[in-house]
Amino acid sequence: MAKLTISELQKLREKLAQERQTREGNARGQIIIHMGTCGIAAGARKVMTALLEAMDKQNVRDVIVNTSGCAGMCSKEPMATVQMAQQAPVKYISLNEEKIVRILNEHVLKGSVVKEYALAMGSERVG
Amino acid sequence: MPYRLHLMVCAGTGCVSNHALELRDALSAELAKRGLGKEIEVVTTGCNGFCGVGPILLVQPDGIFYQKVQVKDVPLLVEEHLVKGRPVKSLMFTPPEAKEPVPKMRDIPFFGKQMLVALRNRGMIDPEKIEDYIARGGYQALAKALTTMTPKQIIEEIKASGLRGRGGGGFPTGIKWETCVHAHSDDGVRYLVCNADEGDPGAFMDRSIIEGDPHSVIEGMVIGAYAIGAHQGYIYVRHEYPLALRRFTIALDQAREYGLLGKDILGTGFDFDIEVHRGAGAFVCGESTALMASIEGRVGEPRAKYIHTVEVGLYNKPTVLNNVETFANVPVIIERGAKWFAAIGTEHSKGTKVFSLAGRVKNTGLVEVPMGLSLRELIFDIGGGIADDGEFKAVQTGGPSGGFIPEDLLDLPVDYEKLYEAGSMMGSGGVVVMDETSCMVDVARFFVDFLQSESCGKCTPCREGIKALHGILSRICDGKGSEADLAMLEELCSVIADTSLCALGGSAPNPVLTSIRYFRSEYEAHIQGKCPAGVCRALITFRINDKCTGCHLCFKACPTSAVLGEPKQMHTIIQEKCIKCGACYDVCKFDAVTKE
Repeated sequence: MAKLTISELQKLREKLAQERQTREGNARGQIIIHMGTCGIAAGARKVMTALLEAMDKQNVRDVIVNTSGCAGMCSKEPMATVQMAQQAPVKYISLNEEKIVRILNEHVLKGSVVKEYALAMGSERVG
Repeated sequence: MPYRLHLMVCAGTGCVSNHALELRDALSAELAKRGLGKEIEVVTTGCNGFCGVGPILLVQPDGIFYQKVQVKDVPLLVEEHLVKGRPVKSLMFTPPEAKEPVPKMRDIPFFGKQMLVALRNRGMIDPEKIEDYIARGGYQALAKALTTMTPKQIIEEIKASGLRGRGGGGFPTGIKWETCVHAHSDDGVRYLVCNADEGDPGAFMDRSIIEGDPHSVIEGMVIGAYAIGAHQGYIYVRHEYPLALRRFTIALDQAREYGLLGKDILGTGFDFDIEVHRGAGAFVCGESTALMASIEGRVGEPRAKYIHTVEVGLYNKPTVLNNVETFANVPVIIERGAKWFAAIGTEHSKGTKVFSLAGRVKNTGLVEVPMGLSLRELIFDIGGGIADDGEFKAVQTGGPSGGFIPEDLLDLPVDYEKLYEAGSMMGSGGVVVMDETSCMVDVARFFVDFLQSESCGKCTPCREGIKALHGILSRICDGKGSEADLAMLEELCSVIADTSLCALGGSAPNPVLTSIRYFRSEYEAHIQGKCPAGVCRALITFRINDKCTGCHLCFKACPTSAVLGEPKQMHTIIQEKCIKCGACYDVCKFDAVTKE
């Protein structure tokens, strides 16, 4: 590592901070892949890997990818929920590797819901 | 691949001694086994603060807080939370007053009332990676100071912030720096020293800061050096802190490699380097003149301070000596401004203070709170109250030579002057809580014993006076005290405080004076032959009452065969043989052994 100058320090900080955004919990939104036994059996793991690879390729660092259990519609797995800041969550059903990448590009990065894969807006009530 | 989850494993000394490093390795191995090594990151962090429930694991970005995590919990944790997204309730923390576990760290009351300034990166960075520190804005304040501020402006900023020394004395940092700049030096050489000789029993603030965020101290030191025109600095760390030493040394190497330390810092032409000096663990070396003597290679003894070290200090040059926590605050003040800092705290005590909360509280650990918070909030809201639902008796602030504060003063705000008025002090921030099982005479004797053995012996009042205090206190604990002893204690204390050479002797009377001031009745009870807390052996008697079922447990437990009795018959204790160890009292399941 060569010795830093002031401007190099600023650049380095921006780069390092960007790489660590999800550690801080700073994100424009969250994608939850449902990973119950049904989800995994239907291919949720492949969907997850495809999503992470696409994010890596496009250098997307401000999206949280999380997992959760079975969403209750085992026949429609693999499923994912996209939750953008200040917006109602959207559930997507019967996903595969291509579909999740399209959801990333259109919904998460550009803000337009991919209606043809979506099940519904909103979440079930709790309690 | 970007990491989607970050497992922040606490690796402060407390958690490490509870096998946190084995936990970290087991997590990495399990993740690799499940093919998750590329998407889930394991981060080794410094002290999280909640030491009482370690080893601690924080899952980010979810903020899920796991406590007392063992290696055997790893497969379940990875399967449930990391693969299936179902946080594991059985590993979460349940606050004393709650019924259900609290999943998120920010919702746990222990963390809720804290405000992190000196500990701003706590648990969020790997202290051995400078990249983590830079990512969170590290060395930005240094860049700002070196390029946009003159040394004079920095000193003015620190003065305006109201920052006072966090090591105990509470001297205004900016004024100290200014005095150093104005002090005469033939060749212009000035030194900057960081005091990390934390010697108070039960205190671990400085250790945790160095272990958890060493670069914050380095950055504060470089800014200070630029402000006073020093080119050589020292950090005096005690050798009993091996982890702190190792992490600080790694941090120094990294800072040099990045050009943040050494020659031509950040290309601005300013030179400054830091040398680590290991102390041998003498309590008196926390005192400025003794510390500097020790760095020079002389015996660690204080000298009279007619001339302060800020004028004639290390190698007879003007020297600024500040504590670890003081330096850790400096970058934040430079970055966010004096106004922001001065808005926190009380009229004369600004900012926050780090405390190590220990003793009989439910939640022990490291906390940082705004000045002005009451001791009650510190002990009951953050500390969760007294362990085992006992009754609060006293709290000692400021280390072994701090005073005891009783319950009716619990609403006292944490503030340099207010604690001093109550007969105690801020000290470096040790807080030891005592409940009804502590005998105040015995506790005073304990701390006087510590101070007696740590006295360097250079001046007579401290060397002989504290020894005499210890003798009288021991006599009272042995039930041989008299009324006249109390007056003698008070007189001795005032002589020691007035005539000792340094602060060790000067503050040594605090535990004695405050225990007499607030708990005089306990002293009087001892003189009359009773120890109300049942601690002083000479004053207690164990007896067996008719609740005894003859279970024979006490018979087996007694190390001196002082218990007599056949199984299923009532037992008795032969007082002449009894050594008052309390083994019978501890094993009895029927409340049949009484302590009077």
